[in-house]
Amino acid sequence: MSLLINLGGIVLVGLIIWWFWLSRPGGKKPLQVSDEVTIVVESGVYEPGLIHARAGQPLTLHFDRRDPSPCAEQVIFHGLDTSEFLDDGKVTTITLQNPPEGEYRFTCQMQMYQGRLIVD
Amino acid sequence: MAEYRLSISGATCQGCARKITQALTVVPGVSEVQVDLEQQQVQVTAKDDVPTERLQTAIAEAGYGPSEPHCEGVVNESPSSREPAATDGDVTLSISGATCAGCVRTIEEALRNTPGVKKAEMNFADRTAQVSGSASVKSLVQAVEAAGYGASEISPEDDGSEQEARELAHYRLLLRHMWFGLGLGAPLMAWGLLGGDMMVRPGETSQWVWLGIGLATLAVLATAGRHFFVGAWKAFGNHNANMDTLIALGTGAAWLYSMAVVLAPGVLPEAARHVYFEASAMIIGLINLGQALEVRARGKTSAAIKRLLDLGAKTARVIRDGREQDIPVEQVQLGDRLRVRPGEKIAVDGEVIEGESRIDESMLTGEPMPVEKNIGDKVSAGTLNESGTLIYTATAVGRDTALSRIVALVKKAQGSKPPIGRLADQVSAIFVPVIMIIAVVSALVWFNVGPDPRLTHMLISATTVLIIACPCALGLATPMSVMVGVGKAAEFGILIRQGEALQTSSKLDTIVLDKTGTITEGKPEVTAILTADGQQDDRILHIAASLESGSEHPLAQAILREAERRELSLMEASQFSALNGKGVTAIVEGQRYRLGNRRWLESEGVTVTLETQSLTDKGATPLFLATDTSLLGVIGVADRIKEDSRAAIARLRDVGMKVVMITGDIQASANAIAKEAGVDEVMAEVLPEDKAKKVKALQQEGRIVGMVGDGINDAPALAQADVGFAIGTGTDVAIESASITLMGGSLHGVADAMAISAATVSNIKQNLFGAFIYNSLGVPVAAGVLYPFTGSLLSPVIAGAAMSLSSVTVVTNANRLRLFKPGRRNQ
Repeated sequence: MSLLINLGGIVLVGLIIWWFWLSRPGGKKPLQVSDEVTIVVESGVYEPGLIHARAGQPLTLHFDRRDPSPCAEQVIFHGLDTSEFLDDGKVTTITLQNPPEGEYRFTCQMQMYQGRLIVD
Repeated sequence: MAEYRLSISGATCQGCARKITQALTVVPGVSEVQVDLEQQQVQVTAKDDVPTERLQTAIAEAGYGPSEPHCEGVVNESPSSREPAATDGDVTLSISGATCAGCVRTIEEALRNTPGVKKAEMNFADRTAQVSGSASVKSLVQAVEAAGYGASEISPEDDGSEQEARELAHYRLLLRHMWFGLGLGAPLMAWGLLGGDMMVRPGETSQWVWLGIGLATLAVLATAGRHFFVGAWKAFGNHNANMDTLIALGTGAAWLYSMAVVLAPGVLPEAARHVYFEASAMIIGLINLGQALEVRARGKTSAAIKRLLDLGAKTARVIRDGREQDIPVEQVQLGDRLRVRPGEKIAVDGEVIEGESRIDESMLTGEPMPVEKNIGDKVSAGTLNESGTLIYTATAVGRDTALSRIVALVKKAQGSKPPIGRLADQVSAIFVPVIMIIAVVSALVWFNVGPDPRLTHMLISATTVLIIACPCALGLATPMSVMVGVGKAAEFGILIRQGEALQTSSKLDTIVLDKTGTITEGKPEVTAILTADGQQDDRILHIAASLESGSEHPLAQAILREAERRELSLMEASQFSALNGKGVTAIVEGQRYRLGNRRWLESEGVTVTLETQSLTDKGATPLFLATDTSLLGVIGVADRIKEDSRAAIARLRDVGMKVVMITGDIQASANAIAKEAGVDEVMAEVLPEDKAKKVKALQQEGRIVGMVGDGINDAPALAQADVGFAIGTGTDVAIESASITLMGGSLHGVADAMAISAATVSNIKQNLFGAFIYNSLGVPVAAGVLYPFTGSLLSPVIAGAAMSLSSVTVVTNANRLRLFKPGRRNQ
């Protein structure tokens, strides 16, 4: 019994590390490259949370905020010097003009809502 | 077509306006209703005559009457003279009922077929349509409605009342959730604290009672706590872990364990048959309470934006076709003529074409003294007309007004983060999974080396670690302070564009001030004219003014103003050439003349014989006028220092700044101004392109340099400095070209900006310290490090209360910044 519980705990730690840090969402599916995406902000997540865009082209993102929690009120694009307040119950459009190649995180202020933008 | 204006009473919000509109719209014949809450009036347009009593009854039935019989009667007019017209690109419609791409085509066609529409495009994602052309908004709405959809105009000046209503509804929902959780959890907890039995014994009645309580707790989790579980599940699916994950895991674990105890108590050791339903319910209640408090406190952090938005006028009095009428400000078009009376706000940006008045621009510039406005002067939306009546032409409307641009700029800057928050960002990004691992490890340690009941201790330590570690406080520490600090600065007419500038401003030790327009008024005047033998004042001035007739340089403008004052008509100048930092040359009446500084003329072979010490001692810049070979005279041009420059510079020196003045003027003139202004060091005779090099030299000495200039000719130096302060004029494009822009012309703005920055950075540090301490102490305590000393574990309920209060503490501390005053502002 004791061994099982200890093994279970160790496996659980391993699963946490694998699921949250090592594996990536949507890794098996081919990414859809797009220059215009609608992102739903609801229940603590951005859906989709992974955006793939072309470098050197404007990217238009429509954030549809359906979450009244104040945590969801702002989206920040790290490394792109861009942020925007999202009105509750409305769609807020953000256009990134020619984002450079790279991978950028977009999050809420507290980094609890998390998404990734891949530009290549 | 008939129009009525009726008084209303008791209408205080947009909700009232909607009710009144709905009540009047159903009156037969009524086609349009506009409610003016500020004036407590409603304007009704009807296709045919409608009895006034019928309209008044409708208002009274809606609960906003009885309206006083203040009907202004029927105004017959053609629709074309009254309906607002769409102008290129400035009509945005909100579309409802569109569900597919086919709808988009139908709506776009309906709009394009409307007479006057040049272009119509619908954005399916955000359900809006952009329409360009000359069609009225009303006809556009009708066209969309005829196609089977709904439409309404989106005002560019959204006052945020809708957002406020949503926030209030969310706040109330959280309070209901709180009462639900505490309603069950508090009596259970009281029962336990008062010595009630929380243990389950197989086969006894209490087992059934606890089963009932367990199901009631499940109901709390499924209602008041549902959003945590949904959020946690969605985040899990995206390989993310957020605070919902921690709360769901903590409360879920406590409930599952307790339910296992209830359903199969015999499986567990006797000492471990304790239930923790009260913990689950209490934690859900307390965290909802914390979030409700946070919603309230957060509303205050954006108060500066709301105050800025409130500055805008809601209506404007336009003069069209010779008639004056009050219309919603969003319907004002470029080129409209508007009247503003004493005590009213300027509705849109414009240029005065009639009248004179004094305008309080403090809301834009932070400067308290009203500004005189005459024909040709610019006026800005949101400023207050104090004395006379003005008529002005609209030069910028909607999102293009200075006020709207400032609001947009402040909103954006509030989202930027100073480098000080980077560590917290990095920690936040990996925090939740780390806490989950700590919880598992803590549970294993208690299981392997802890005292009995080990299962119970495992559960308590893991649950408490999960609950207390919620990183709300850490995540909020920086952004909340930045939001309030940037908003606070905006109240003082200081636009901070980036969080990095906010932080660096608090570290500056040297301030470089451009002279002209920064320390001085920037409007030089001719103070003296010295003449060579055989020359006359007016002749010197006449030639100099003719040479400078095409120049925009401030010194040239001073000469031209003086020539105009002396009524000297200008002569034609040809082959004009301006040499940067030297002067100008041109041919007048067949003779080549030069007007510029001594060094240039001497390098051109002109012998300067006149003594100019008397001019430079008074701070005047001597401009030498010569032919190819001989000097004709010297014009002294002086620029007065601003009234409060000396006090502002003293304020900067008081806080330990080294204040440097930089100018292209000759040393003697610069010294005179510097002495009057009270700066520490003077850099004179510096060419515009060399200013950046001087700033760089100071930086190479190890100084952290702020540069203050007018944002245009000082651009390279502003960019080179660690922080560039552009002096704007409230409507200048400079507001979008510097890391910090001072909307007013006073140097007090620099001192204010630095004081606000220092206060904000200090506030961030307090928040970060509190948040780090909270988590770094809270987690080990929750894991049980104090158990050997105290013999007890931290209750998950206490952890829940502490966790919900942590973010409230951070937001409240950030709100303290709202009370900060930079000090000595008006001295």
